[in-house]
Amino acid sequence: MMNGMDRTFYMDYAATTPVDPRVTEAMLPYLTEHFGNPNSLYTLGRDGYRALEAARERMASGIGAQPTEFVFTGCGTESDNEAVVCISQMVAERKNRRHLMVSAFEHHAVLHPAEWLAKNGFELTVLKPRKDGIIHAEDLQAVLREDTALVSVMAANNEIGTIQPLKDLADATHAVGAYFHTDAVQALGKIPFDVADLGVDAASFSAHKIYGPKGVGGLYLKKGTPFRPLLMGGGQEMKRRSGTQNVAGAVAFAKALELMLDEQDQEAVRLSALRDRIVDGVLNGIVNTRLNGGPPKLPGYANLIMLGCEGEAMLLQLDNKGIAVSTGSACSSGSLEPSHVLLSIGCPAEEAHGSLRVTLGRFTTDEDVDYFLEVLPPIVARLRSMNPLYERMYGAVK
Amino acid sequence: MYSEKVMEHFNNPRNVGVIENADGVGEVGNPVCGDVMKITIKVDGTDHIQDVKFQTLGCGAAIATSSIVTEMARGMTVQDAAKISKQQVADELGGLPPAKMHCSVLATDGLKVAVDDYLVKHGREPIAGPIKSSDPHFDPHAEEDEEHTHEEACDL
Repeated sequence: MMNGMDRTFYMDYAATTPVDPRVTEAMLPYLTEHFGNPNSLYTLGRDGYRALEAARERMASGIGAQPTEFVFTGCGTESDNEAVVCISQMVAERKNRRHLMVSAFEHHAVLHPAEWLAKNGFELTVLKPRKDGIIHAEDLQAVLREDTALVSVMAANNEIGTIQPLKDLADATHAVGAYFHTDAVQALGKIPFDVADLGVDAASFSAHKIYGPKGVGGLYLKKGTPFRPLLMGGGQEMKRRSGTQNVAGAVAFAKALELMLDEQDQEAVRLSALRDRIVDGVLNGIVNTRLNGGPPKLPGYANLIMLGCEGEAMLLQLDNKGIAVSTGSACSSGSLEPSHVLLSIGCPAEEAHGSLRVTLGRFTTDEDVDYFLEVLPPIVARLRSMNPLYERMYGAVK
Repeated sequence: MYSEKVMEHFNNPRNVGVIENADGVGEVGNPVCGDVMKITIKVDGTDHIQDVKFQTLGCGAAIATSSIVTEMARGMTVQDAAKISKQQVADELGGLPPAKMHCSVLATDGLKVAVDDYLVKHGREPIAGPIKSSDPHFDPHAEEDEEHTHEEACDL
């Protein structure tokens, strides 16, 4: 605790989370003694099958669905791909609808398959959020068409944390007879999320964002939603996703969701307060800083801009002090453009290069926030003092 | 992934600052692209670079390449300094990720512009001539797009 090198101050919970020890404990027996293939008929297989179906029931009840509407997948990206491609293609075939609408700040796991469909017989509309980081229902209504097959808008954005008005968006979508998918990877467990209340037709989830293991995803498919499976083979997961199920992963995912729901109310309050301390500390303590997006926002999510600093340089300097955060700077990812999310809400590229995403979670403490607020200002001051344009653009470095 | 030497120069950059009354000044890059570099040089009566300093807005590689190029140029003649190539800069740092090679272009361009500024101020012919990255609208990634596609840049 005395200096950052003794431990990691992990503040990138939107990227991934450590597996909660209670989750590890729940899943371990299904890696060892109960290792059976859940599709085998003997006792060992039936043990696995029961655990898998119990996990499915818990996942389904956690999101307000029926067990037959919940499919375990390999990751959030797989769920997004299957929702976008497999629903759209089936709707096109059955109803001759070939128009897609996705928001501009979707994860690439939605954007890229939508772009692929646009090269393969579909028309694609990409709808920009407003500056507040929200897709407004009236903006969606304006681009919906009578041949729209699928609309996909994420439940909460992964970079700026803004929560989308899903019920209004789903209602608008259904008014033209189209289907509505939401990427709920970031939202699951952090805010109330009930598929029946929201009226969504499909939703994607991932275990590793909620203190479960990597390599486990989930896909909600409302009964009657057109869907042609991507993975073909043994017909597992009610013929929607072939492949031997990851029983231990499914058990872990269900346990992880149960813990999120048990602790949701208190964690929302705690993480919002910690996040507000970060935001207030940065905006009041460092000149020429800004906050991106929202409200409403996920608890624990803050996307901040330090004008006149480059994000990757800040990230590496913070890493030297043991703090892990992420940035929307072009230089951080090997890509050549800054974050498409920040550009979509009208953030100029030169500002997006200076963004830091700080996402707090279950193991973040008050001391972590104190430490971050102590370490960041001198890093920002040092990088600004090295910036040849800083004084010209923003005045003297303080 | 950055080499140890890149991280060492990023964490402890050499020759940061601005030389007052410099003999040559080079400023390249563009904040829209996230990289801006300014190099100032002091040159003696025999065209040798006595002192060189830099200021850089940019990522770890941009700062490290600026730092190393100032070390390489110190003591050189302006003619030799203008010949430092992006590959030499990258090699001196133990290599750079493909997506970061434009950073070494920026560092060598900054030095070339500073040398030309010195020569022109003394009524002599510039060596490098017009440098694309000293145009305020220059996009340092434009060449990069041709050399390394998105996918290749992700090849770890």
